[in-house]
Amino acid sequence: MADIPSNLKFLESHEWARVEEDGTVTVGISDHAQELLGDIVFVELPEVGKEISQSADIAIVESVKAASDVYSPLSGEVTEINEALNDNPEIINTSPYDDGWFFKIKPQDISEMEKLLDAGAYESSSES
Amino acid sequence: MKKTYLNEFHAQNNGNLVDFSGWEMPINYGSQINEHNEVRTNVGIFDVSHMAVFDFYGDNQVEFLRQLIPNDVNKILDSKRALYSPLLNENGGILDDLIVYHLGDKNFRIISNCATREQNNAWFKEKSKAFNVEVKFQEDASIIAIQGPNSQKVLSTIYDLNLKNFHIYQDDEVMIARTGYTGELGFEIISDQSKGLELWNYLIKEGVKPIGLAARDTLRLEAGLNLYGSDMTVENHPYESNLRWTVDHNDLKRSYIGKSAILDKDDAKKELIGFYTEERGVLRAGTRVYFDGGDGLITSGTWSPTFKKNIGFCRVDTNHHNSGRALLRDKEINLHFCKTNFLKHLK
Repeated sequence: MADIPSNLKFLESHEWARVEEDGTVTVGISDHAQELLGDIVFVELPEVGKEISQSADIAIVESVKAASDVYSPLSGEVTEINEALNDNPEIINTSPYDDGWFFKIKPQDISEMEKLLDAGAYESSSES
Repeated sequence: MKKTYLNEFHAQNNGNLVDFSGWEMPINYGSQINEHNEVRTNVGIFDVSHMAVFDFYGDNQVEFLRQLIPNDVNKILDSKRALYSPLLNENGGILDDLIVYHLGDKNFRIISNCATREQNNAWFKEKSKAFNVEVKFQEDASIIAIQGPNSQKVLSTIYDLNLKNFHIYQDDEVMIARTGYTGELGFEIISDQSKGLELWNYLIKEGVKPIGLAARDTLRLEAGLNLYGSDMTVENHPYESNLRWTVDHNDLKRSYIGKSAILDKDDAKKELIGFYTEERGVLRAGTRVYFDGGDGLITSGTWSPTFKKNIGFCRVDTNHHNSGRALLRDKEINLHFCKTNFLKHLK
C-alpha cells in the first residue's frame, strides 16, 4: 500500500503540496504516482520565476514506461526547483515526499489549498 | 484473466501484475531497471509460460515445416537444435515469429507468442492436414527462461550442460534450449508444471531473482530482437523487418507459404533499423521520424538501462543516411541511425 502522509494536500492527478514555514509551498508527486510510473529516468522542471495557475501543467516526469504531465496544485510563482532531479531522477522513486520534491511556489492565493484533497480523500480517489 | 501456474508466486513476491494479452503477468517486482541490470551482470529467471508450445507427431514433419515457414528446418536436421523463423501468410505478411526445435529423429516442437496462441493453433492444424501431421497444443506447459552471464553456472548445479548456442538438451522431464530474448547467455526450460515449480523454487532458493516482462522488453530491445505486434505485424514482410536472414532460398525448389509474394518484395522500400538519441526524453512507438527525402515510424522506443539513453527501432525509407529527426513534445530531436543490435554496436 502506498504511503500517504496526512500533513499534505493532493490533486487527484497525484501531485502533493506542503505549506512551509516561510509561506512557500513545496510540490511533488505521490508515492502512489511513482509506483504507477515505475523507474523514473527524466524530469523536465519549470524555470524559476515562471508564473503558473492552479491545475496547469508545469513539469513532465518520464519513466522507462511512459511520460506524464505534472500539474500545479496552486497558482503562483516558481521560486525554486529541485536541480538534483536532473541528474538523479530516481530520487523520486525512493523518496517521493522528501528528497524527490519537484519545485516550490510562492502562492498567489493560499486559500486555493482548500480546493485540494486531504490525505483521506486522495486515498479514496486513488483507489478507484 | 488467464494465469500461469506461477501466478501465486508473482503475487506473493511483490510482482506488479498487469494484463498482458489476456494473461495476468508480472510487469516488474519493484524496479524494472534493477531487474534489467541483474540479467546483464548476473542472472535472472522469467516465467514465460504464457507463450505457446506446440508438439508435432507423424512421419512428414520435415516436409510440413519446410512448407510452413520461410526458414528451412533442413539446417537443423543434423542435431537437436533450434531455428528462429517468422510465420507468414500467403501475402508474405508476418503472422508471428517463433522458434522451431528439432527434438531428434525428425520430431519437432514450436514455441510462439502469447497473443497469437489461438491463431497459430488453428493455422498449424489447418496447414498440417495435407501432411498427415498431428498438432498438439501443450496448453499447460511450463516455460522458464534463465538468462544472464551466470546462468550456466547456476543451472550446472542441476544440469551440467555444455550446449552451443541454439542447441538442445532433453530428457524425460525437461527440454532445455540455449535460447532466449535478452542477448545474454541463457536457457529456456520447457517441462510440465510440477517440474517447472520444482525448478523455479530451487532457483529462487539459490538466490536467482525473478524478472518481470518490462525488463524483458528493454533487454530484447538492446539486443536488437524484434517484438511481434510492435516491430512487425501482418502488415509487414520479413525484408522490411530486419529478417532477410530468416528467409532461406538456398533450395530454390522449396515452396513455402508466402514465397511467391516474398519473391516480389526483394526491392523493399522500407527497412527496420535502430536509433538512439543523446537528448533528454524518450521517443516511443508511433512517433514519426523524418529526414531529407524520406520518413518512417518508430516501432519500439525506450530508455536503455545499459546505455543510459533513448534507444529504439524505426521502420524508415531505405534512402536514409545516418541521422534523422523527430518531435518530442513539440521539440525537434536529433536521431542517430544504427544497427539494431545495440549491445554489439553501441559502446
